[in-house]
Amino acid sequence: MSWLGNSSLTIAAIIGGSIVLALLGAFFGLLYRGIDRKLAAHMQGRIGPPIIQPFRDVRKLLAKESIIPDGGVSWLFQACPFIGLVASILLLTYIPVFGPGALLEGYGDLILILYLLIIPSLALVVGGFASSSPFATVGAQREMVIMMSYEFPLVVAIIAIAWRISHVTDINPFIFSTVAQYPIWNQVGPVGVAGSLILLFTLLVVTPGEVAKVPFDIAEAETEIAGGLLVEYSGRNLALFYLADTIKAFAMVSLVVALFFPYNLSPVIGIGAAAPAFVVDALFFLLKVFLVMFISVTLIRTAMARFKISQASYIYIMAMTLIGLVGLILLHVDMIV
Amino acid sequence: MSLNAIKRALWIYHINTGSCNGCDIEILAALTPRYDLERFGMMLVGSPRHADVLLVTGPVARQMAPRLKRVYEQTPDPKVVLQVGSCGMEGGVFYESYNLVGPVDQHIPVDVYVPGCPPRPEAIIEAVAKAWVKLEKAEQVA
Ligand code: SF4
Repeated sequence: MSWLGNSSLTIAAIIGGSIVLALLGAFFGLLYRGIDRKLAAHMQGRIGPPIIQPFRDVRKLLAKESIIPDGGVSWLFQACPFIGLVASILLLTYIPVFGPGALLEGYGDLILILYLLIIPSLALVVGGFASSSPFATVGAQREMVIMMSYEFPLVVAIIAIAWRISHVTDINPFIFSTVAQYPIWNQVGPVGVAGSLILLFTLLVVTPGEVAKVPFDIAEAETEIAGGLLVEYSGRNLALFYLADTIKAFAMVSLVVALFFPYNLSPVIGIGAAAPAFVVDALFFLLKVFLVMFISVTLIRTAMARFKISQASYIYIMAMTLIGLVGLILLHVDMIV
Repeated sequence: MSLNAIKRALWIYHINTGSCNGCDIEILAALTPRYDLERFGMMLVGSPRHADVLLVTGPVARQMAPRLKRVYEQTPDPKVVLQVGSCGMEGGVFYESYNLVGPVDQHIPVDVYVPGCPPRPEAIIEAVAKAWVKLEKAEQVA
């Protein structure tokens, strides 16, 4: 299922593939950010920025001066944007994007993804603390709280799916190719479908927290703590965090797609040849990402106002975890009846 | 990298140096669906570190003078300063008040002035457009 075939996966192929993935990830991350801003503006009755606006923003930030605050830990302050960006790109190499399997398929599974998802947020937290601004410190503490909160429902949802799939096959259920081979919807009865829908809902609510969007953007709240974590970042460093943020959003939504909608279009409409099938699958994948992004990011952020940190943490730890567990129980009930 | 990139992606930081809030409300009005500043790629940001445009409203109160200078220094280059409202130019309704330390341009260099008490949102948007032109000119000289 891999792009390159595991046996021939050489160092050069890994490096080349990662660079291509990084460029594609940055391009589509920024593109989806632009679409998101445009749609949000339309929903508010505004015209909104052009879709290429995020590209302009990044280009502008690269042309600006990068200030390092006097009281900050200079090397840590400058290293964190790079760590965040690299970790976000790393996510893309393990998550299947554009139809075929992931670049490093077989080298890491869902458990690894769970850990990798933490690193960009952690880079933000460390960068915030290293900038020595009280606003950034408050933001960093809030980010840590929210990180610990959404981890629980996220894990519940992923484990529940893997656990259900482990009952239909002996292959490791945490590998994406297994998830793609046994899509959750095809394995379960009506009760299980209800359970899967609940788990999907859980993941859709975790996504805005994971990518720090309203109503869960308490750590970057511009109106109360002046940009929070990023308050001291400017110029190139801010551009790197901006890119890392868009790539992570793209990766996170791809993860939801890979878990719940691992279907490809080419077998359905009967395209056999490799090249056209790849194009069709890639376009279909982009459509799926757009739909998930639209529901879990654009729609939610336009419809809601920002939560307080205590509310956000309560929603994740109590409400979403319980909802996720109900989904897990329904999946179990489905096997008994 | 040239300044060309900045023209269509101006991020604005708003600092209030003792304004009566009239101008601040007009700036918010510029963000509403009727005027929609964002369609020109402009955005209100929460930190001077992210800003390209420093938007100053109000006369300079004595306590605000050192803060105004500090925020100006915190804004990364290249930057432009917009001064919105009559009271920051010559005092306006606060003329000769005991707690003012003079117009904004005695403390930081101002690029574009927007008179009015308060000015209309159209005037503020036009001022930002003039700031583009100014950055372009600076680019041609450089
Ligand atoms: S110019 Fe007029 S409306 Fe604006 S801050 Fe000054 S006094 Fe208020």
